[in-house]
Amino acid sequence: MIVDKLHTGREWIDQRFPLTKFWHDHMSKYYAPKNFNFWYYFGSLALLMLAVQIVSGIFLTMNYKPAAGTAFESVEYIMRDVNWGWLIRYIHSTGASFFFVVVYLHMFRALIYGSYRRPRELLWLFGMVIFGLLMAEAFMGYLLPWGQMSFWGAQVIISLFGAIPYIGDDLALWIRGDFVVADATLNRFFSFHVIAFPLLLIGIVLFHVISLHSVGSSNPDGIEIKDKKNEKGIPLDGIPFHPYYTVKDIVGVAGFLFLFAAVIFYAPEMGGWFLEKDNFVPANPLKTPEHIAPLWYFTPFYAILRAVPDKFLGVMAMGASIAVLFLLPWLDRSPVKSIRYKGPIFKTAIALFVISFLGLGYLGTVAATPVATMFSRLFSIIYFAFFLLMPYYSKHDKTKQPPERVNYK
Amino acid sequence: MLLILPFNVAASGSGQSLDVAPIDIYDIESLQRGAENYANYCFNCHAISFMRFNRVAEDIGMTEDEVREKLMFTGAKYGDTMRIAMSKEDSEQWFGTIPPDLSVVSRSRGPNWLYTYLRSFYKDEERPWGVNNAIFKDVAMPHVLHELQGLQTAKYAARVGEDGNSHQFINGFELTEKGKLSPQEFDQFVADLVNFISYVGEPAKTTRLTLGKWVLGFLGIFFIITFLLKKEYWKDVH
Repeated sequence: MIVDKLHTGREWIDQRFPLTKFWHDHMSKYYAPKNFNFWYYFGSLALLMLAVQIVSGIFLTMNYKPAAGTAFESVEYIMRDVNWGWLIRYIHSTGASFFFVVVYLHMFRALIYGSYRRPRELLWLFGMVIFGLLMAEAFMGYLLPWGQMSFWGAQVIISLFGAIPYIGDDLALWIRGDFVVADATLNRFFSFHVIAFPLLLIGIVLFHVISLHSVGSSNPDGIEIKDKKNEKGIPLDGIPFHPYYTVKDIVGVAGFLFLFAAVIFYAPEMGGWFLEKDNFVPANPLKTPEHIAPLWYFTPFYAILRAVPDKFLGVMAMGASIAVLFLLPWLDRSPVKSIRYKGPIFKTAIALFVISFLGLGYLGTVAATPVATMFSRLFSIIYFAFFLLMPYYSKHDKTKQPPERVNYK
Repeated sequence: MLLILPFNVAASGSGQSLDVAPIDIYDIESLQRGAENYANYCFNCHAISFMRFNRVAEDIGMTEDEVREKLMFTGAKYGDTMRIAMSKEDSEQWFGTIPPDLSVVSRSRGPNWLYTYLRSFYKDEERPWGVNNAIFKDVAMPHVLHELQGLQTAKYAARVGEDGNSHQFINGFELTEKGKLSPQEFDQFVADLVNFISYVGEPAKTTRLTLGKWVLGFLGIFFIITFLLKKEYWKDVH
């Protein structure tokens, strides 16, 4: 009886809205390669983190007061007087860092398996736009607690726009809405952080997923499963996303949430990496902290900025370090996609790149001593060389022949 | 210019190493003693303006009467936050600076710093209050715990710095004027105080730690169940 009713109900909807078609296209008849490994968890986890940040953010917004005079104390009010406020706040603050962990691993996956290669160039570009939006979102959100690091971090980063010739100072003034970071800045950053950027993020994430489902996922072997289909037109190495990858991704979600909760409950400050000590001091425009560093997820780019002696050129280098990522699909000229079949030059290059990126990340957190600056320069050069020399070394590398069908077990 | 700010590598900002604060947020008696110590020696100048009296009472097991008697001196209401009567203008005039609110000082400085700081005042006639502090040089705060600790003088040693020159640094103290408490009693007094200030920095901490076990326990079981479910579904993938 009830099943019949449900069936009738579904038909009623299907005549008015493509519910069943949607379910087929994106879940039960969307075929994904069966050989996804550990690295393929991070896409769904990024989506999870977006949802976590939006939901926890909604609850924070209910209690947060976006004004220079009240912001800092309203955060402490959330930590003390709001029921479960401390938990919501820690979820959001830890969530920001975990979002970046997940996104960096997701991007690294694309890098090693060549997920950005034809026909997935647009997929990569949408992803890069998401990465850019996410950095803006995190940067603006970080101002809101109105601690010393919030204030001075924003002051330093916005002042970078001042390095642009002719229009720089006016541009920085326009961004801040005042001559220094102040109440006006806080208000507009709040507006961007809770409305503008989340809306853009959701929109571009949708584009990212639509283009993924149009071209289909790549896989660790970097071969196209759509090249080998059975008589029904189903890829031989493909399995329906639902139930196979829904149940698999839930395992990833459970494991991930375990680590996430471990940090939320036992190390929400993460030794000053997720919540900086200086940010427990209210913003004071008259007192510059001894050491200003952005949060860890920005430090590789910050280190590149500082590696260049000239401020304007430094800003350009930092911009270029992100811009060059957009070009990745056209820089890679290797006949194969996956690291499994790439040659020794690529493997060496990517090892050096990882060392440089992590090294830059560390150097961005410490003071610019001569030794640190020297290493920052070395790592910056390797960072750019990895991308800019890629058209040459990827073409001339000794690659192996990928298999006809994916490796599974 | 801000990009090349000089900064001091040492955690204390002066090269002194920090003592580990022997504190325990589950020690209710220590927290109660700490609250009383705070009220008697700190609360005139330092507000804890994010913390309510009734919340303190509830968390560290004090009755309303005890709180009124031991902590509330300013005619505040029981549900008020722990503010002070001294005006900012007065404090500016008396100390040359406004004594900071200590609500989250344990989170910016850390308990070890607080524990070391409060025990590092030493005699220095050149300073307005006749004392200086080994890990917070030229601090504007007087040695409030003088009557308890007594007065100590600094002992110096020399070491060669990065610039190749020899620098003097404080490597210990000598108690030259006895206080009401013995050194051990004084250390305990400060530890209780720091314990209370640490509690105030994050009153939800004990709830967080307790709840964490249940959450992790649940997620652990959830992980196993989802793992088995996945295994079952994937049996037919070859």
